[in-house]
Amino acid sequence: MSVAPAEVERPEADEDVVPDTPWVTIVWNDPVNLMSYVTYVFQKVFGYAKPRAEKLMLDVHHKGKAVVSSGTRESMEHDAEILHGYGLWATVSHDR
Amino acid sequence: MSDPGDYGDAPEIAEEIMAGFRRTPRGVSARFTAGQAGIIRNLVGQVADLVGGPGAADAPPARGPAGPGGTAGEDLPSDFGAVFGMDGPAAPPEDPVLARLLPDAYGDDPEAAGDFRRYTEQGLRSGKVAAARTVLATLPSDGGRVRLSPGDAEAWLRSLNDVRLALGVLLGITEDYEHEPAELDPEDPREAYLHVYDWLTFLQETLVRALR
Repeated sequence: MSVAPAEVERPEADEDVVPDTPWVTIVWNDPVNLMSYVTYVFQKVFGYAKPRAEKLMLDVHHKGKAVVSSGTRESMEHDAEILHGYGLWATVSHDR
Repeated sequence: MSDPGDYGDAPEIAEEIMAGFRRTPRGVSARFTAGQAGIIRNLVGQVADLVGGPGAADAPPARGPAGPGGTAGEDLPSDFGAVFGMDGPAAPPEDPVLARLLPDAYGDDPEAAGDFRRYTEQGLRSGKVAAARTVLATLPSDGGRVRLSPGDAEAWLRSLNDVRLALGVLLGITEDYEHEPAELDPEDPREAYLHVYDWLTFLQETLVRALR
């Protein structure tokens, strides 16, 4: 990482520097992961209270998927990586 | 599979074996027959070998950066990709079990999925192998009582889950399985694995409950 020379012009405020709309981590339903385990993982990974973790788990189960976290792309990729470690089927996408 | 009758003269042991994991004052605990321990060790070892390469399950733990008598920095590897974990593959595994254990993180963007995989897949693989090694290190091959620290219990959870995910792919487990168990010919070799899958499901469920 380096510091840009002072004389370099700053870019105009165009689309490139408009703040990103949030990214999201989605967990998809699968036939193997236990409901109790998925709830446990949501509590453990995100620190969610049990009612919130259970609601998300039920959303995954009944609707096929649920948004489990939102934020920057980097932090969503971090979340997906951890969820993959637990064997959950997680993807990252731009919340449009 | 276990036959609790083996312990007919010690009903409390048979009961403990049937109970799966339980919370005790000294950590979560379960008792296994030698047969059960053999099944778990076999399957956990197979998944570790699949994910980490042959021999991954029994390779010694990785050494620190500086070996005995050496100093860090003396022989810096020139392969920066490996050092910074950027040289992983970009394509998803062709093996369907591996594809489930190491899934794509972007469903509709192969390029982003490839980048993510390049940066994360090796770490994901080594985490799964480490969990498997913890199971193998804490489960005596002749069975008996297992008592797990919180960290070891977490490794067991992940590892049992990986084995169930692998079996789920191989057995074609679907969302309806819970309500309509797959019907297989009794002669089908997969029949025995369905019973193993059900038992591991029970075991994982008792472990999650014991950790709450």
